[in-house]
Amino acid sequence: MTSLSSVVLAASEHAEVVPVAADGVFSWVWLVVAIPAVSAAILLIGDGAGDHGPLDRFGHLLGTAASIASFVVGLVAFIALLGRDAAERAITQDLWTWIQVGGFDVTMSVYYDQLAALFVLLITGVGSLIHVYSIGYMADDPRKRRFFGFLNLFVAAMLVLVLAGDYLVLFLGWEGVGLASYLLIGFWQEKRSAAVAAKKAFIVNRVGDLGLALGIMLMFAQFGTTNIHEVGLNVANASQSVATALGLLLLLGACGKSAQVPLQSWLLDAMEGPTPVSALIHAATMVTAGVYLVVRSAAIYDLSEVARTAVMIVGAVTLLFGAWIGCAKDDIKKALAGSTMSQIGYMMLAAGLGPAGYAFAIFHLITHGFFKANMFLGAGSVMHGMNDDVDMRHYGALRKVMPVTFVTFAMGYLAIIGFPGFSGFFSKDKIIESAFATNFWAGLAALLGAGVTAFYMTRVMILTFFGEKRWRDDVHPHESPKIMTVPLIVLAALSVGGGALLFSSWITDWLAPVTGEEHHELPVPAIVITAIIVLVVAAGVALAYVLFARREVPDTAPQNVSVFTRAGRADLYGDAVNEALFMRPGQYLTRSLVYVDGSGIDGAVNGTAELVGDGARGLRRLQTGFVRTYAAEIFGGSLVLVLALLAVNLA
Amino acid sequence: MSAVSVLAAPMAPSPIDAPDIDYATISPLLIVLGVAVAGVLVEAFVPRAYRFVTQVVVAVVGLVAAFGATVWVATDLPEVGGDVPARGGPTAMGALSVDGPAVFTWGMLLLFGVLGVLLFAERRLDGGLSAFTSQASTPPGSTDERRATQLRIEHSEVFPLAVFALGGMMFFATANDLLAMFVALEVLSLPLYLMCGLARRRRLLSQEAAMKYFLLGAFSSAFFLYGIALTYGYAGSFDLGEISTAVSNRIGGENLLLAGMALIMVGLLFKVAAVPFHAWTPDVYQGAPTPVTAFMAAGTKAAAFVAMLRIFYVAFDGARWDWTPVVWGVAIVTMLFGAVVSIAQTDVKRMLAYSSIAHAGFVLVGLAGVVTGTGLTSLSAILFYLLAYGVAVIGAFAVVMLVRDAGGETTHLGRWAGLGKESPLLAIAFTLFLLSFAGIPLTGGFISKWSVFAAAWEGGAWPLVVVGVVASAIALFFYVRVVVLLFFAAPQGDGPTVAVPSPLTSSVVVVAAAVTIVLGVLPGPVLELVQQVGAFVR
Repeated sequence: MTSLSSVVLAASEHAEVVPVAADGVFSWVWLVVAIPAVSAAILLIGDGAGDHGPLDRFGHLLGTAASIASFVVGLVAFIALLGRDAAERAITQDLWTWIQVGGFDVTMSVYYDQLAALFVLLITGVGSLIHVYSIGYMADDPRKRRFFGFLNLFVAAMLVLVLAGDYLVLFLGWEGVGLASYLLIGFWQEKRSAAVAAKKAFIVNRVGDLGLALGIMLMFAQFGTTNIHEVGLNVANASQSVATALGLLLLLGACGKSAQVPLQSWLLDAMEGPTPVSALIHAATMVTAGVYLVVRSAAIYDLSEVARTAVMIVGAVTLLFGAWIGCAKDDIKKALAGSTMSQIGYMMLAAGLGPAGYAFAIFHLITHGFFKANMFLGAGSVMHGMNDDVDMRHYGALRKVMPVTFVTFAMGYLAIIGFPGFSGFFSKDKIIESAFATNFWAGLAALLGAGVTAFYMTRVMILTFFGEKRWRDDVHPHESPKIMTVPLIVLAALSVGGGALLFSSWITDWLAPVTGEEHHELPVPAIVITAIIVLVVAAGVALAYVLFARREVPDTAPQNVSVFTRAGRADLYGDAVNEALFMRPGQYLTRSLVYVDGSGIDGAVNGTAELVGDGARGLRRLQTGFVRTYAAEIFGGSLVLVLALLAVNLA
Repeated sequence: MSAVSVLAAPMAPSPIDAPDIDYATISPLLIVLGVAVAGVLVEAFVPRAYRFVTQVVVAVVGLVAAFGATVWVATDLPEVGGDVPARGGPTAMGALSVDGPAVFTWGMLLLFGVLGVLLFAERRLDGGLSAFTSQASTPPGSTDERRATQLRIEHSEVFPLAVFALGGMMFFATANDLLAMFVALEVLSLPLYLMCGLARRRRLLSQEAAMKYFLLGAFSSAFFLYGIALTYGYAGSFDLGEISTAVSNRIGGENLLLAGMALIMVGLLFKVAAVPFHAWTPDVYQGAPTPVTAFMAAGTKAAAFVAMLRIFYVAFDGARWDWTPVVWGVAIVTMLFGAVVSIAQTDVKRMLAYSSIAHAGFVLVGLAGVVTGTGLTSLSAILFYLLAYGVAVIGAFAVVMLVRDAGGETTHLGRWAGLGKESPLLAIAFTLFLLSFAGIPLTGGFISKWSVFAAAWEGGAWPLVVVGVVASAIALFFYVRVVVLLFFAAPQGDGPTVAVPSPLTSSVVVVAAAVTIVLGVLPGPVLELVQQVGAFVR
């Protein structure tokens, strides 16, 4: 491994965190979960209570109010946390004992610390804005109440995930957000593509969940506990290989949830869900759960170089992979989805750097939550005005008819490409710097990614808001109502100002007790790296300008394109690989098992209808035949069993 | 020395003592068998008009009384010292072992029994008649059959039959002697064979199922019996304790032991529906009257697994290294087969049957990773599993009873589309049971799967746990598809009709749902209890 870092300064170990019991305002933190959970229950269980009832008329307001109330509680707790000493900021409150067997305890507890506090604010804050936006976006949907019920369910589950003090409770939230995501992707299930996308997301996530489940099992077997804090203490005494195994298993879980290579394929299809869902779940919050898991498990990754490197490689590969896909898509949501993959790749890369990068991973996660939610909602606003057309080749010149959407989207755009002064500039710059300080190749990948990001985001910007009108005939674009633009304005402001979190290293100091702190010295002054990044970004923008603003944009996607574009349009053949490696063999296995089963067993049932009519002769023939088959199976099985036992003994 | 070994000893014609039986300790068993006999008397002497109601009352009151007796026995169970905590011990001259696990199983089976009998007694769904045929002796579709239906004749014999089967199950889980175990196996099986053939609707299918179950059950019993004979040939005793001593001492002729062990395993694996002895399960589950399926899916599995644990952990513990690999193999095949094939099912009852096969595999995972001692043992994890699974499966089949069309229950999954709209509460309950089967957190199924896997991992069977987690993931896919079908799919035609049940079935669904949630959210007391029961006592 090539490393540019010559000197490692102040590689401080984690200061020992001792959680303190909750008191005062902190004993009410559980409310942030309970409020949306209760609201979700009311909205979903009331679903059968007749149409056009009061829940149908006011359900969306209840859901939004629940999310806002949850945000207020989170905000109060955060302010109280600010007022505490750094040593007392990890707060735990036991609600009840979930599982107790022998020496093994799982407590339903709230673990509220600096990291969880930031996530609570992000989830409930961005979540509330998206609830408000959805009031406008889903105004005409007949199943609005159910939609808000699912959104509340998601918020509750996501908060369980980040407030869990135990990996098993975290798993509960993990499954919960997976379920909510599944339900919301398939919300418009009358569209076949939506149902298929939901199924795909579900299956790919199961593969990731296997990793998490097995990781938790391994913790239990090794340490006799699954409490996050205690696992962190115990892992220090465990062998290197245990830490590596745990790290890799958790990484598998993280890859599934965060759509990282090789489990990336579901995210692009997940755009079939309503756009607010894409903004909340598939951009700002749920897909970042993998990054959260890695950072939360810092104690494990600190001990395993191999696992950390694996995280870094996954991040680096995905950030280029996603950026590539983002360049080739004409569907505005899919271009943004590719970009999401890519940006999460940045976070993973940062998390793979260890204590030097954890804080920057979280920093980028938060700024990304702002600007990506902003852009997704902006895309939703554009689609709202364009009769739900998602093809950017049918847009153009929208800046005049949708001024608010344009300006807010532009703020997000400037933030994501890392325009100096905007939030993304600070967060991405820090990641690239840390990457260069640790590993030259990781740094190079991150730098290249920044250039590509600038290219494809400029393309989105130009195709959508600039150039000629390429609208369809019956489309009359218009600005969206206030209820949708106000959240856009708030998110745009956050996209611009989110960089303030780095002011006098606030976020790194704040997170230091959770993630540890470490600074790798760069071989060149940081300002040089920053300058190089800005130059690369400028080159990306310029290239896109030349290619898309100076030329006519074809109305349909040209077919005689380079092999790179074609690969990008095909999601870099991720689906083809999955199909060849997993789906076809799986189908083949199921079919052959069912065939074996069907020829002997189902035949009897399928035959029953005929059998009733055929009368006694057929009946007798069928019956004796089948019982004989079964008996032969039992006999054969017994033979195998006896022989196996004897063989084991002889061996 | 047990009575059997006295008979077996060729020399010393000692006087035969009258067996010394502690009637108080085995009172729950005696009550249940007494209730069954009382049921036969009711059948003989009570006028037809009152018979059905009398039978229900006798059965329910009797089972509740037996449950009370079980609690009383449990509180009185003496602790036995030793390396591992245990309570109780052999009674009835060594034929039975009333120890902690046995008494817990009694309680569990009695709970299943009460729930099952309540389902048996449901008469509001099919025009005031029960789910059982009016007169089993009439040919299906004949005029006699129609006449019997018009006269509203009913087979109230199903109640004593069910109670006899329940008595057999309790006996099976308690037997400390291979011969007693065989008798128990037959006592529990014969009434079940019969009841499977008594469905009111689709009688040919039902009779076919009963026939298959009987023939294959008899076939596997023969294996079991032959295994007993071989084991006796090796150990010179039927007593599990004495077999254990013989196995540990390795007295020679191990091939006899291995063959005996394998054949006994076949008999038991048949009862728990493990691959490759599972073939009967889908047909029988589908063909049998649904209340019988519910009762048998929960009860037979629990009794057979406890008996299996007892044989393998007590008698064959010394040969653990010989049987563990085979159990590994069977567990892997069973989990994967059950999970994969359930994906392709289109019939609710068959789907639940394949899921029950997969669950047998999960329990075998717990069996294979042997953990004894204090804390979470394999035994305590499996007892918890059997309870959580049994309750959920009874609840699921109770829901199946309620979804109907003109031809009776409609079990094709396509006809279940849109159930969430028709009857949201019922659909939510069914979803809950499916999620419990899938092992989703906050249901009993999650805790049970977790504890079985945790015990297995601790016992060194981690590859099995990996396969188990993969199999659960596969199965989850199918369960969730059904949930989506219930709530989001457009109904076919008029959609499913949900019959309005009497309080009997409703209370079963409510109790099953409540227990499933409590076992998932607050499993503490029950987990405590299964650890308290301690080990088997020989």
